[in-house]
Amino acid sequence: MANFTVTIENTNEVFRTSDRNTVLEGMAALGRKGIPVGCSGGGCGVCKIEVLSGTYRKRVMSRAHISVEDEESHRVLACRIWATSDLRLKVIGKIQRSVSRGAPEAGAAQSPMPG
Amino acid sequence: MAMKGVLRPGHIQLRVLDLEESVKFYGDVLGLVETGRDKQGRVYFKAWDERDHNSVILRQADMAGVDFFAFKVDGKAALDKFDADLRAYGLATERIAAGELLETGERVRFELPTGHKIELYAEKTDVGNGMPYLNPEAWTPAAEHGIAPLRMDHALLYGPDIEKAQAILVDVLGFYLVEHVLLEDGKTDLAIWLSCSTKAHDLAFVRHAEPGKLHHIAFQLESWEKVLRAADIMAMNKVTIDIGPTRHGITRGTTIYAFDPSGNRFETYSGGYSSYPDWKPITWTIDEVGRGIFYHDRKLNDAFLSVVT
Ligand code: FES
Ligand SMILES: [Fe+2]
Repeated sequence: MANFTVTIENTNEVFRTSDRNTVLEGMAALGRKGIPVGCSGGGCGVCKIEVLSGTYRKRVMSRAHISVEDEESHRVLACRIWATSDLRLKVIGKIQRSVSRGAPEAGAAQSPMPG
Repeated sequence: MAMKGVLRPGHIQLRVLDLEESVKFYGDVLGLVETGRDKQGRVYFKAWDERDHNSVILRQADMAGVDFFAFKVDGKAALDKFDADLRAYGLATERIAAGELLETGERVRFELPTGHKIELYAEKTDVGNGMPYLNPEAWTPAAEHGIAPLRMDHALLYGPDIEKAQAILVDVLGFYLVEHVLLEDGKTDLAIWLSCSTKAHDLAFVRHAEPGKLHHIAFQLESWEKVLRAADIMAMNKVTIDIGPTRHGITRGTTIYAFDPSGNRFETYSGGYSSYPDWKPITWTIDEVGRGIFYHDRKLNDAFLSVVT
């Protein structure tokens, strides 16, 4: 088992993760925050990140959230990548917290979709 | 009470990112029974105690989510009548030939204003629950394989215009409103729980900007103890649990929300109350929505409103 250091640029959060956990699992297992946690299955898109430096292994991710171009530009889902070196990353995904978002008077068509 | 018209949720087709991984998950962890594969490569499952050939169909795709959700109706005459009524209401319907889904008769498909494809059908082959119709036992070994729910029970869908979907389901298909959550304005619904039976819900909606989204597909268990057993099985198999075991205030079911390997949320629940079409709906205000959704925590978790596929 190899361990790597992950740095989240937005928050300067730093945590250690092993190559046995996805980057998202590694963060969540330590009770750390920074990347939004959703389905952990590559389907919902809330954990979208951009890897700024470092290498990783990846698995299939939903094209609803990661385009081919995203994937080539290292914009990926944190729940579908495993670090193979130290990583620096930027968080892109968002969790929507407001209940009334999406109500007709709040502009139903413009509510932000994660990723 | 005689059940007429729309009888119950019948099948859901889910999109998964990795078919074989998902087949293992639905078969061995959730503990559904695999009943077939078709030429398109779709894999069919049923819960052990269901009698019709399939209730969950998996399709490999490049994004997660739901393709369609279907209800069984009480015969071909009802199917034709609902088709005509939906058209008269102004909706486009599509007939899908018998056999397009394995062991399933002709389907009538239409789209709700929430962006979800709903199907009606009258026939699906009775393959039984593994026990004879004459002098059966109480359960089979399949009842202990994995989480092993009794049935696919209901779905919660996210999309816009839920009041328009409600009107179609109530006015054309005979559903009734069981519970609802009002937004700050005291008029607009954030969420609605609808029944076509004596279950507290067969289909529910939360208002959401993006159409056609799946919040969860629910599977019924026998008891609270089985819900705890499901949580243990999830832990043993590293299934991502969203929340629970806990209870819903709305419908009063005891529950776990968790995610399949593609990030589709599913629920394993038991209990909840029986409901009747003559009952008045229960209303929740937005300031109490936390208790309505998660009765013990009394607040929504971050994932409830935004994590969907
Ligand atoms: S948490 Fe849902 S895609 Fe990563
Ligand atoms: Fe549910």
